[in-house]
Amino acid sequence: MRNVDILIIGGGPAGLAAAISAYEAGCRDILILEREENLGGILKQCIHNGFGLHTFKEELTGPEYAQRYIDKVLEYGIPAQCDTMVINITPDKVVTAVSRGAGLEHFKAKSIILAMGCRERPRGSLGTPGWRCSGIYTAGTAQKFTNLKGLMPGKRVVILGSGDIGLIMARRMTFLGAKVLACVELMPYSAGLKRNIVQCLDDYGIPLLLSHTVVDIAGRERLEGVTVAEVDPKTLKPIPGTEQYFECDTLLLSVGLIPENELSTMAGVKISPATNGAEVNENLETSVEGIFSCGNVLHVHDLVDYVSEESAKAGANAYKYVQGQLSREEDTLEVENGFGVSGAVPQHISKDLNEPITIMFRPRGVFKDAQVCIDVGDVQVATKKSRILTPGEMVTLKFSPEYLRKNTNADKITVRVEAQQS
Amino acid sequence: MMDVIIIGGGVVGCGVARELSRYKLNIALLEKTDDISNGQSKANTAIIHGGYDAKPGTLKAKFNVLGNKMYDKVCEELDVPHKRNTSLVVSFGPDGHAELEKLLQQGIENGVPGLSIIGQDELRRREPNIGSTAYEALLVETGGIVCPYEMTQAYAENAAMNGVTFYRQAEVTGIEKVEGGWKVISKAGTFTAKAVVNCAGLYSDVINNMVSEDKISIVPRRGEYYIVDKKYADAFHASIFQLPTKMGKGILVTPTVDGTVLLGPTAEDIDDKTDTRTTAEGLAKVLKFASLTWEHIPMRNFITTYSGLRAHCDRNDFVLGEAPDAPMFFNAAGVESPGLTSAPAIAQYLAEMIADKLSANKNENFNPIRKGIPKFREMNDEQRARAISINPDYAKVVCRCETVTEAEIREAIRRPVGARSVDGVKRRTRAGMGRCQAGFCTPRTVEILCEELHISPLEVTKFGGNSKYIESYLFEKGDNENA
Ligand SMILES: Cc1cc2nc3c(=O)[nH]c(=O)nc-3n(C[C@H](O)[C@H](O)[C@H](O)COP(=O)(O)OP(=O)(O)OC[C@H]3O[C@@H](n4cnc5c(N)ncnc54)[C@H](O)[C@@H]3O)c2cc1C
Ligand SMILES: Cc1cc2nc3c(=O)[nH]c(=O)nc-3n(C[C@H](O)[C@H](O)[C@H](O)COP(=O)(O)OP(=O)(O)OC[C@H]3O[C@@H](n4cnc5c(N)ncnc54)[C@H](O)[C@@H]3O)c2cc1C
Repeated sequence: MRNVDILIIGGGPAGLAAAISAYEAGCRDILILEREENLGGILKQCIHNGFGLHTFKEELTGPEYAQRYIDKVLEYGIPAQCDTMVINITPDKVVTAVSRGAGLEHFKAKSIILAMGCRERPRGSLGTPGWRCSGIYTAGTAQKFTNLKGLMPGKRVVILGSGDIGLIMARRMTFLGAKVLACVELMPYSAGLKRNIVQCLDDYGIPLLLSHTVVDIAGRERLEGVTVAEVDPKTLKPIPGTEQYFECDTLLLSVGLIPENELSTMAGVKISPATNGAEVNENLETSVEGIFSCGNVLHVHDLVDYVSEESAKAGANAYKYVQGQLSREEDTLEVENGFGVSGAVPQHISKDLNEPITIMFRPRGVFKDAQVCIDVGDVQVATKKSRILTPGEMVTLKFSPEYLRKNTNADKITVRVEAQQS
Repeated sequence: MMDVIIIGGGVVGCGVARELSRYKLNIALLEKTDDISNGQSKANTAIIHGGYDAKPGTLKAKFNVLGNKMYDKVCEELDVPHKRNTSLVVSFGPDGHAELEKLLQQGIENGVPGLSIIGQDELRRREPNIGSTAYEALLVETGGIVCPYEMTQAYAENAAMNGVTFYRQAEVTGIEKVEGGWKVISKAGTFTAKAVVNCAGLYSDVINNMVSEDKISIVPRRGEYYIVDKKYADAFHASIFQLPTKMGKGILVTPTVDGTVLLGPTAEDIDDKTDTRTTAEGLAKVLKFASLTWEHIPMRNFITTYSGLRAHCDRNDFVLGEAPDAPMFFNAAGVESPGLTSAPAIAQYLAEMIADKLSANKNENFNPIRKGIPKFREMNDEQRARAISINPDYAKVVCRCETVTEAEIREAIRRPVGARSVDGVKRRTRAGMGRCQAGFCTPRTVEILCEELHISPLEVTKFGGNSKYIESYLFEKGDNENA
């Protein structure tokens, strides 16, 4: 059994940023475990640009963005063991990992940072009827084939779901000579970033069919086509008579991401049904003392810059915990998802908070000329106006700790949207 | 001339192959598709039926009860996951009592042990999550569940170990009578054999009708399913049938040996024997009926849907044994449900009959034991450490949902009658069967298939034929900078 102060699971942007900030806070006993051969996480395959605008004020590609963090990790000499898969975590922080080089190892950590990222929702979870042929890929799988393996999955493409990865792949497949026929989205709005819709669909004349879905899949062996129908925006049920057939050999799915929390569950960490990630307090500490969570495994982010920022906080707090300087208040207020809000993080905030706190969430629909509000008890303590809110863009809102002290008999914190839903 | 040609690599054909390999015979099995277990034997409900359901006096009733009794021993010898989790036939409302009684009596007549009717309290004690209108149930203590493709696989591997030759992509297109036997024309060549066994599932009518005037006809009867994530492994313990009513035969809710939950199947007669599509109507029906048993079906936790085609014979029963007008041509035709349960008994029955007619001697070297691929996910730490020290590929987890390692995938390809496609790997290892449905592991599985079979990624398929993954290389070969 090896002892470690801070053990970080996952060497993507979250794990890297957490490691760097823990080091900068003074920790000298850190270990990153990463199951792939290289650090960088999902960014390794995101070869498009648009990363780092917030953090570095310049446009980087995914691998370039990741490299900045990898370079820092190397410069600081933080050990990272790649090709190593963590297979178990116990509530008392014993971690089991396997690797070709070292076989099966146990680590006893003072603190653990969960940074395992997420995976994509598959076709099966949608229950789309039809043939179970080849030619149907999640957008991320197709991205891996094209960008890391140099292999082209197909030439005539329909994209189901308008998540960012799907949008990015619409453009990528077009660059690689494929014909992208349409991007089909069930909801009346896109799940992706506005800039991706403009730069990846509009610029290439790829139609975005909102309130549409794939209702049938044709092709006994390889995909031959899909039937798309309009849906009723209220019931989301297909409207008979609106079917149109697209002849295609490839269907890419971009229908959501699921945080990868199997290990968290093994460790006894409580999972929020709203985010599918851990429930955390303002220190990003989970329901298990000394175990922290950050990045896409905590909740699905839109921008990697926010992942880095959040994870830096988790790293610094983990080191405070190791030094015995992180107080864990049992007396917390719950953060409630009010009107128009889903998956607010953190879920618990200490009543004795003494630093400003940022709450992040996703709007539960599209709102125009909206105002986002935080209430402590029934007192409104922070607001922010926004011309438009969409589920594709995460909202962040900060408020100051003094409001908690002023309003000691509040029983909860509510995040909500004030607007007409459009 | 060979001794026996078996047509069809489902659980029955592979079972017959294994049971025949107990004798000193020269045996080949011809399978149409790129893999065994590609027909009914891959897409069914995976239940070891008690035997109360079939009409007394039918072959279905007889072989069901016999097969059920054989399961523990066969699964033990062949290392196949199975479990006696019991079955329950539940009536929803007080009107079902007489029907339950009838099933009970029918079961007793068929020779099914361990049947009883249980009331509300006992039912809810056993199944706390059962729907609020569940009233009483027939308890079938011998009911169980099994992994049907591993069962087929295990039979095939054991048969191959004991000398049976397997040909895949070997569709039989014609059979002719020749002196002393039969000439069997297939896409993998022409064979002659003293005996032929027809285990062609949905096409067992076509094969029978090539040689016999005693015609049969098979209608494909489709059944559709949902699979629920293994998070819900403990939702139900027994396989829960609904008592048939005027509204229909009902829909089952059952745990699988892998920890997932199946909802289904529907029953719809269709005209195309290849149409394994799922349909919006069928899936809606599954949900409608299943929600009687499971009121809060976790809709966001489906991992996939599928459908299977039953080989329903116009005689409403299995057709087993030598055709009346074609000596040494044996049928295992129309083997629909409870065919999986009956398979061990059918295999033994036919093998003994054929061996007897060929006056075959016992194969002294017959080894009944087959071991499954050691599964990393089922090992404890000590076993894992040992497995990795012997084969470091055990440290490389390829499928993260089901924790399947590279060692297991390579072995699935290298074994006798090994995997040739991504679905073949999936059925032998569960790689890609979990909640992300192969999104993450497909690229790596494709690479491993290329390495093991010495093929290019352009040739790798999902399940043979044109079910390819990759359309072209993005760069000139050798110039694949990123690869
Ligand atoms: C396909 C895709 C495209 C994207 N495009 C953009 C974009 O254009 N712009 C943008 O700003 N953001 C984009 N994002 C989002 C951004 O990349 C993610 O927010 C960011 O990568 C999340 O970082 P992470 O470290 O939380 O997760 P990841 O990058 O997924 O890293 C998690 C790491 O943990 C490792 N790991 C997981 N489990 C284990 C285990 N058991 N043992 C050991 N290691 C483990 C994984 O191998 C992985 O390396 C994209 C995301 C995806 C999925
Ligand atoms: C929806 C459904 C649910 C079921 N549920 C249960 C259950 O819960 N319990 C139970 O006991 N049973 C069940 N069954 C029945 C059981 O699955 C079958 O009885 C059993 O799998 C039959 O096996 P088989 O080998 O006869 O047929 P199959 O598995 O269909 O195998 C036939 C094989 O023959 C091959 N073939 C066809 N034509 C040719 C040719 N010309 N040349 C060469 N090869 C050919 C096919 O490709 C196929 O591989 C179910 C069946 C279905 C469809």
